[in-house]
Amino acid sequence: MTLDKQIEIRDLRLAYGHKEVIHGISFDILRHEIFAVIGPSQSGKTSLLRCINRTIDFTPESRVSGVIAVDGVDVRNTKDVFELRRRIGMVAPLPVGLPLSIYDNVAFAPRCSGLKRKGDLDAMVERCLRQAALWDEVKDRLDSLGTKLSGGQQQRLTIARALSHQPDILCLDEFSIAIDPVTTMRIEDVLKELRREMTIVLVTNLTQQARRLADRTLFLWNGEIIELDRSEVIFSDKPGSSKTYDYVNGIFG
Amino acid sequence: MSAATNPLFTETPQARRKLRQEALAKWIFASMAGLMIIPLLLIIGYLVQRAWPSLSPGFLFDVPTHGMRDGGVWPAFVGTIYLVLLSLAVSAPIGILAAVYLNEYARDNWFNRIINLAVINLAGVPSIVHALFGLGAFVYAARFGCSIISASLTLAIMTLPVIIASTREALASVPRSFREACWNVGATRWQTIRAVVLPNAISGILTGIILQVSRAAGETAPIMFTGAVFFKAVHKGDLFPYALHDQCMALSMHLFTLATQVPDVKESIPFATAVVLMGSVLLVNAAAISLRAYLRARKKW
Amino acid sequence: MNATTKIEPATAGLRVPRSRRPAWAVFGERAFEVLIHLCGFSAIIFVLGIFFFVSKEAFPVLGKAGFHLSQFLFSDQWYPTSEVQKRYGVLAMIAGTFSVTGLAMVIAVPFGLGAAIYLSEFCGGKRRETLKIVIELLAAIPSVVWGFIGLTVMSRLIVKFTGAPVGVNVLNGGLILALMSVPIIVSIGEDALKAVPDSFREAAIALGATRWQLVWRVLLPAARNGLLAAVLLGVARGVGETMAVLMATGHAVHIPHSILDSVRTLTANIAAELGEASAGSDHYRVLFLTGVLLFALTFAVNLTADLIIRGIRKK
Repeated sequence: MTLDKQIEIRDLRLAYGHKEVIHGISFDILRHEIFAVIGPSQSGKTSLLRCINRTIDFTPESRVSGVIAVDGVDVRNTKDVFELRRRIGMVAPLPVGLPLSIYDNVAFAPRCSGLKRKGDLDAMVERCLRQAALWDEVKDRLDSLGTKLSGGQQQRLTIARALSHQPDILCLDEFSIAIDPVTTMRIEDVLKELRREMTIVLVTNLTQQARRLADRTLFLWNGEIIELDRSEVIFSDKPGSSKTYDYVNGIFG
Repeated sequence: MSAATNPLFTETPQARRKLRQEALAKWIFASMAGLMIIPLLLIIGYLVQRAWPSLSPGFLFDVPTHGMRDGGVWPAFVGTIYLVLLSLAVSAPIGILAAVYLNEYARDNWFNRIINLAVINLAGVPSIVHALFGLGAFVYAARFGCSIISASLTLAIMTLPVIIASTREALASVPRSFREACWNVGATRWQTIRAVVLPNAISGILTGIILQVSRAAGETAPIMFTGAVFFKAVHKGDLFPYALHDQCMALSMHLFTLATQVPDVKESIPFATAVVLMGSVLLVNAAAISLRAYLRARKKW
Repeated sequence: MNATTKIEPATAGLRVPRSRRPAWAVFGERAFEVLIHLCGFSAIIFVLGIFFFVSKEAFPVLGKAGFHLSQFLFSDQWYPTSEVQKRYGVLAMIAGTFSVTGLAMVIAVPFGLGAAIYLSEFCGGKRRETLKIVIELLAAIPSVVWGFIGLTVMSRLIVKFTGAPVGVNVLNGGLILALMSVPIIVSIGEDALKAVPDSFREAAIALGATRWQLVWRVLLPAARNGLLAAVLLGVARGVGETMAVLMATGHAVHIPHSILDSVRTLTANIAAELGEASAGSDHYRVLFLTGVLLFALTFAVNLTADLIIRGIRKK
């Protein structure tokens, strides 16, 4: 693991209307690591991800200040926000299959960015579905509607969609909320494979999931960083903060 | 206490009274609903009965004869079709794009609230005021004169707000989660709309447009002063009798004039005209409603 | 990890070259989005346009000698073609509009709300769908056909049952307008009732209320605003209706003393006389001025109804 920084966040503040939800946090995410963000709900974890890929722009009353730099470039000064979003893959909590065929679901993003040749698209679709551990189940029915898949399959389809634009960073926001444990385990194996190609930011309120997967873990509570350290430390008997210990062990949540 | 005597399970006088009250209320409200429909069915029956002597396929394709006192309604029917098609050709694209703007692009600021207000206002403008506008703007200011163009444009402005409203509803019925999934992969707003939103809203949009056909066909005041006339020489069965700058006959105008300004008309002729107009309108609307039901059943999510 | 989960290794060799969107596609999309924005603004342009063009033809008469705005609004003397002294008072027409619309609302509101309550609370499944479709079709009948019905069917019925000398009068117009307005009142009223949260219904039923008590004591008060908006929109429709009242209310220009009197509404007046007024004459301009008055009236009513509906949505 190199100490090369992929994402640098300095004094990030986020407010919805008059209510500040993230109170000036600073940290780095390193290249090719699996970085987990844990914390109770309403801590600002989802908002944090949406600041990184700038989908926070679609929430009208939001105000962001501070610096979020991806590969050295502040995301709010980027020339092409759509290119930025293509470099960052995002998986939402609830599985969403677009009402298109499975093939078109995965080919949507490449087509939007200009890829046209059928051969290239076919290769891309197969590759992403394989990486998301969905290929074997759907390879004979790529024309069927994406919305007719089961919840676990739709979540893997979302991952395939997120991979289809070849991101450098993959963000997952509580991806296992609506899917069964077996599929969750399959996806966790996928993530372990994917970290060779990209950086993974994993927001979860399943502390055990963070323990299984993450190299470093951030404990975010009420918009503030309580502790950030290697996972071995966070989940040990003596983490840096007693609040961390209490949260990980379920004393509050 | 057995079930037969337990007050929870036996019918007390109070319970009986409540049930009677409830049944009575139900019948009162049902009859209120029925009181609207039954007179209407009777009226339609009466119209058809009075129109019967003249109702035949020939009525539709014949031209009027004997100074409009007899014959058919072909020129008026064709004229109505021209007006409807032209006005929808103008108002449908503008209305759909305006609805796309309002539902997909507009933020909640004072400017867009004014736009919303304008749409609502446009919807409430009386038809005679549309006629005055058409007269002032298209007939005089734009120098189109009394013509199919002026009349169609006037009708287009009249149908526009409802097309905007129904398209907006159709767009809003597409769940936001689809749009967010598209934005997350770096698609632009228009790419999202074109790939996911519009194709899934098309059934509602089409239905809204078809329902406006009946409105455009039935209105008289807006076309009375901007391009419709009572008489135009047309050949029987001629499909293209009018040029754009011509004036034309129209079913609604025809009915109005026959009923109020032509003496000694054979009694069944205006009734038959009313039946043709009302029948066409109801048929088109019924088709739109069936289309909507069919497309709803084939929903993709 | 059990034996059935087989994860494909990241197939790095198949990396597809990153593509860029061609410049012309980006440009085309921007241009199209400009078009979308323009269409969005078009509603404002058209409303302003209507006000502008109608006023443009109307306002020159305001400064003319012999025309007084107070006479226009408050006098019932309408003699636009008199040789001796032209008078342009539309009070009689205002009275005509309000009497016909008022009568129509008195009939349509109870029946419309009753039908809305029936549809929303007492009726289910297939019957409801059918009824809704019938009401939708009712709403589609063109106003000129309604006027024709008033002129022929209703007129004969009124003469037969009330002995009135003429069948085209306030009663005729009121009945026809009521039948025309009911669908609006039913559909918006039903929306308003449906918007009341189910928790209200569940709470009332848990307390042992019958459906009648539920409607009278819980739903009607809760849906009060929406029902009011429904009535207002019905009124706006009535005030703005042209052809049906033109054919069904007769041609007498005077303030009605009974519902069997013939009247002329503001809308019918314009429609009846516009054809004969020569373009640019005072008569012509006064008719346009009446149009401005109508525009303002319906604007006010629609605005109020919308504010009420918007107020509900915010809750």
